[in-house]
Amino acid sequence: MNEFFNETTLLSVASLVAIGSVAAVVLYVVAQKFKVIEDPRIDQVEDLLPGANCGGCGLAGCRALAEAIVREERLEGFYCPPGGNQVMQEIAEALGWEAGEQTPMIAVVRCSGSRELSPPKVNYEGAMTCAFAHNLFTGEGGCPYGCLGCGDCMRACQFDAMYMDRQTGLPVILDDKCVACEACVKECPRDIIEMRKKGKKDRRIFVSCINMEKGGVARRNCKVACIGCGKCVKECRFDAIVFENNLAYIDFAKCTLCRKCPPVCPTNAIHELNFPPRKPKAGKEDAPAQA
Amino acid sequence: MGGVHPPENKFAEKASIEVLPPPKTVFIPLSQHLGVPAVPVVEKGDEVKTGQLIAKGEAFISANIHASVSGKVVKIDLVTDSSGYRKKAIVIQVEGDEWADGIDLDIPLVKECQLGREQIVQKINENGIVGLGGATFPSHVKMMVPTGKKAEYLIINGVECEPCLTADHRLMLEKGEEILAGISIQMKALEVDKAIVGIEANKPDAVEHLKNLAGPYPGISVEALEVKYPQGAEKQLIKSLLGREVPSGKLPIEVGCVVHNVGTSFAVYEAVQKNKPLIERVVTVTGSSLKKPVNLWVRIGTPVIDLIEAAGGLPEDTGKVINGGPMMGKALNDLNVPVTKGTSGILVLTDEQAHRPPEQHCIRCGRCVTVCPMGLEPYLLAILSDKKRLEECEQERLMDCMECGSCLYICPSGRPLLDQMRVGKTRLGKLIRERSG
Repeated sequence: MNEFFNETTLLSVASLVAIGSVAAVVLYVVAQKFKVIEDPRIDQVEDLLPGANCGGCGLAGCRALAEAIVREERLEGFYCPPGGNQVMQEIAEALGWEAGEQTPMIAVVRCSGSRELSPPKVNYEGAMTCAFAHNLFTGEGGCPYGCLGCGDCMRACQFDAMYMDRQTGLPVILDDKCVACEACVKECPRDIIEMRKKGKKDRRIFVSCINMEKGGVARRNCKVACIGCGKCVKECRFDAIVFENNLAYIDFAKCTLCRKCPPVCPTNAIHELNFPPRKPKAGKEDAPAQA
Repeated sequence: MGGVHPPENKFAEKASIEVLPPPKTVFIPLSQHLGVPAVPVVEKGDEVKTGQLIAKGEAFISANIHASVSGKVVKIDLVTDSSGYRKKAIVIQVEGDEWADGIDLDIPLVKECQLGREQIVQKINENGIVGLGGATFPSHVKMMVPTGKKAEYLIINGVECEPCLTADHRLMLEKGEEILAGISIQMKALEVDKAIVGIEANKPDAVEHLKNLAGPYPGISVEALEVKYPQGAEKQLIKSLLGREVPSGKLPIEVGCVVHNVGTSFAVYEAVQKNKPLIERVVTVTGSSLKKPVNLWVRIGTPVIDLIEAAGGLPEDTGKVINGGPMMGKALNDLNVPVTKGTSGILVLTDEQAHRPPEQHCIRCGRCVTVCPMGLEPYLLAILSDKKRLEECEQERLMDCMECGSCLYICPSGRPLLDQMRVGKTRLGKLIRERSG
């Protein structure tokens, strides 16, 4: 026996081997007995999902969506906004099912009360979160419906699809990055952000205001507020504009993007995005090119 | 436990209460109290007299509202309140000052009260009395002790721990007799035989004055207390006076106490003995830059700008006007907002005083924990609230926070601790309500 292989070391090695073997046997038996048989399709579906865990599908993450799809044995009612129709198609092929088409959506900010158009009346110095500012007061511009500009929506966005414009104080949505996960919609305490149909060539027309006050009151705080005059409702031939509580709302399911309504709005509250510039008409100012 | 001692700055301490004449138009909000807004009982075009009921508190936790002036109801419409949001209010164009029948305008003190318990509570209810300390909880609800509980002490809050404010102080000096008579009426209604008036030691004249007057009233004692903010909060006052601790989430009645403000006692006296509704209150108008800091008797619904005019006008270097005191008050968006039942002071700050220090990182000094009167950990609650970890907030007793602002005051890094906790409280409150259905 040399000094390394004495009685103590051998005994400890032997006992560890013995304990290890017993534990291995026990663990093997237990693992066999309580084996969780998981549908292999769950892993398959999860691998196809983008893995953003954004919660846009309404479930707790990509794994939860995969589990739900496999458990329910259907694709209807499930949709992955970041993946879009392409990912849903891939899942359908992998599982051998049919995938339905869904219209792609995008977030739009329905407020244009920038610092210039809705000038600050007071100066806010509290915590820079919209949730707090909303409870405290109407906002620097004075509109009780308008954007507070503290950027809660931007912080909620996991896809870097938003930024706060320093000049206007309003959030801007980047068309190519927004995946319509609705995180910003849920975060906004004033429900300013809405999910709307992405539209052909990303073209959209919407009323960029949610102020329900009477025209005069709304106008006092903001130059581009919807004053509820109803001109756009009369102009629309497709009954796409709903008028309620001093506020016009364009139903994106009915809107044909005919571009008739934006020019009639006296306060330029109706925005059109990603359209080619209008041809100048004689005797009329060209339409506001808002973006 | 905890507490801070901000500079007292009681500029209007020596200014006796002046009567501010009624303005040309008053705006009387329908929600001046905690609870359900009152329902108007007058219509546009109606002629009203001072003290006439104009809106009825129909729910259990609600309060009646009376015309504070005589004149014509011009409209019942949305009017901007101190937060800038528009709330429903009754607008009255003032014509003369004719009082409604049944209100005793004689000055002599009426000490004896022949009414029974229930009649007193009814009078308080009818006359729309709410807690004048700031929380504006309807007083008649507080007067009805829940079955199975017994009130032992009536605690009267004359602490006025908020810096700058002097309304209660002046009221105690000038209306001491009436306050004591009011206290004895409240004692009768609550069926208690002991009442303690707690006053901070920085008002020795008020302590002295009430002690002298309290002689003939059995059971009423006056105590001088150490100067500390926020001692005027119910739970802290009970702890200071009786050493009893109100359990988390419970009301003072758990330890046999009912707490009222001195201003409320005065209003109770007027309501019960003189049948006068709550249509005016004392408001301190103060600030280091004001020409003449004053205490004023103001009709409810008077625009704040009128009060500032009475104090010598708005100084040019004004940075902020606060409704309330510097610790718990809220900055006003607009100076045309009306005085309500809960307005105890108007504080004008210069531009230099008005700004917050720049926000820096938390240095883990723990001062916010030391000063929190409820024994909370504000630095932690602020982070948890910000990260929306609401269950943890609940475990850390976020709902016990009374928003006194001591943490915000003491924080050397100027962190918006209270702002974040308020957001957390709103969210957690919603969660708790949803959970209980």
